[in-house]
Amino acid sequence: MPAEVYLNVAVSGLLTGLVYGLMALGLSVIFGVVRVVNFAHGEMMTIAMYIAVAAFSAYRLDPLVLLVPIAAVLFALGYVMQRGLINPFINRPEHSQFMLLVAIALIMVNGLLIIFGPDAQSVQTRYAFDSFALGPLIVDATKAYAGAAAVVVAAALFAFFRFTLAGKAIRACADNYLGALVVGLDVKRLYALTFGLGAACVGAAGAMMVLLIDVTPPLGPAYTLLAFVIVITGGLGSMAGALLGGVLIGMTEALGGLLFTPSAKSMFAFGLLVLVLLFRPQGILGKSPS
Amino acid sequence: MSELLLKGVPRRALVLLSVLLAVLLVVPLVANDYLITVLILILYFAYVGQAWNIMMGFAGQLSLGHALYVGLGAYTAAALYVHFGISPWIGLGAAIAVAAAAGAVIGLLAFRFRVAGVYFAILTIAFAEFARIGFDHWRWIGGSAGFFLPVANYTRNDLLFLRGSPTMFYYLTLAMTVLAFVLCHALLRGRVGYYWQAIRESPEAAQALGIDIFRYKMYAVVLSAAMTSLGGVLFAFYYNNLFPEQIFHISRSIEIILGPIIGGIGTLVGPIVGAFLLTALAESLDEAMRAFGIDIPGIKQVFYGVCLLLVVVFLPEGVWPPLSRLLGLHRRDGEG
Repeated sequence: MPAEVYLNVAVSGLLTGLVYGLMALGLSVIFGVVRVVNFAHGEMMTIAMYIAVAAFSAYRLDPLVLLVPIAAVLFALGYVMQRGLINPFINRPEHSQFMLLVAIALIMVNGLLIIFGPDAQSVQTRYAFDSFALGPLIVDATKAYAGAAAVVVAAALFAFFRFTLAGKAIRACADNYLGALVVGLDVKRLYALTFGLGAACVGAAGAMMVLLIDVTPPLGPAYTLLAFVIVITGGLGSMAGALLGGVLIGMTEALGGLLFTPSAKSMFAFGLLVLVLLFRPQGILGKSPS
Repeated sequence: MSELLLKGVPRRALVLLSVLLAVLLVVPLVANDYLITVLILILYFAYVGQAWNIMMGFAGQLSLGHALYVGLGAYTAAALYVHFGISPWIGLGAAIAVAAAAGAVIGLLAFRFRVAGVYFAILTIAFAEFARIGFDHWRWIGGSAGFFLPVANYTRNDLLFLRGSPTMFYYLTLAMTVLAFVLCHALLRGRVGYYWQAIRESPEAAQALGIDIFRYKMYAVVLSAAMTSLGGVLFAFYYNNLFPEQIFHISRSIEIILGPIIGGIGTLVGPIVGAFLLTALAESLDEAMRAFGIDIPGIKQVFYGVCLLLVVVFLPEGVWPPLSRLLGLHRRDGEG
């Protein structure tokens, strides 16, 4: 195969990987602050994808135009979930939290199945078959828009945590829970805010993802797993790590699918995960546990 | 030995257990095929739940990839039988060996490199997913098209090759569940059990007391994997068809651990009570849907999810610990 093919596939994997990264960023933010592993993460993304599909089929609204409203809906969902269900579980053992989120995930998957049925649904935009030529590179327009949107949303989140008071307060909670309580931060509200922001990330990622793949209800668990793989590869709790992990996994999958068979592509992702866990358990950009 | 096993167990618990066992032994004489099938399912989940509980409930290592051991056991024994005509009784030795080796590799890698907690749980998922996709592409055992055992007619039971009626499988599963229960009881009473519980409560303190935590965590993983693989052998010969997409799937791993968590993690009776409640719940939801003429795919699972949610929210220890206190069956040291 000519080198251009590999390059094209690598770029396509990179752009998909940015969307993966944004999805995983949500998981990473939630774990980094609230210390709860969101086992319903992929399911929340499918909810966002179905909102996009429904809006598109009813009003022909482009998912990228609806990115902010969809993220806002998911923010509300995340906020309420944390406030109502997850908060009492903060100090419970891991398996208990896991059970709670598995139950929530089960309800989400099958709720979507009841509402939208089992058939795959997709969004057909006007630019679905457009592409840009950059020298020998041919870049799929949809993927380029999705990847760019992912970078913008991620940058906005970085800026929020870096420059706003609420962002600083959340980082304080993550660094020192007791200290945050002592200085009078409303930790419960900040946790709910964080969970909402994580959910908004995955909501935005869903609005982009619906341009790239068809959506079915059982897609959720597979993407929950993918988000774990990415976050652990990049470093759980590290925001830059989540994006880097997403890009790495996206490219690994794309090139693995090209070199072997596409159906075996996630094997390469899991292979990469096992290697990272063994040789750098804290992830590529993660801080080593003290 | 029997004195050691029985010492300190409340008389009332013994009476209840004996009655339960007697009922389970005579049930096939009066039950129809449907009830037998449901009971096999309950006992199967009680058995694999018990095996998982050794790792999580006793030694505190959260595995979310136990479908791996079920799948390895099932495929090993089934492949030996289909390709070489080897009896599952020999095949189960091979199944144990393969699953124990897989458990040992995972344990070795994880515990040597200090992969713990959530990371360990995700490592176990990764191995199960890896196996799922690998088996999907492995032609010799059918790949994604599935692997089928020749189906027997139920005129007579062939115990040597495990071809026969649901009743035969019922007694096999019952025997496995009882043996697993007794084994776990003995383990909890012994040195290993106390070491495991020490490691679960505080690995640092356990190590400071001179317990070789690496070795005892390895024992837990290998034993749990080996026991789970037997469940897989039974699964293969009972259902006669295997698909990597189903048997290694993460939802299978979750099914395995629901019973012990709902029943009461770390207790002996918990996995059995949990398996019974969950299977009975699923079956009665089926019945209710039929009775009301509701035929919407997914609605049953939503109810199931809501029930799980209610149990984890309101009974954080699981169903059994409060139930046993209610029945006056608890021991002072808190062991179920």
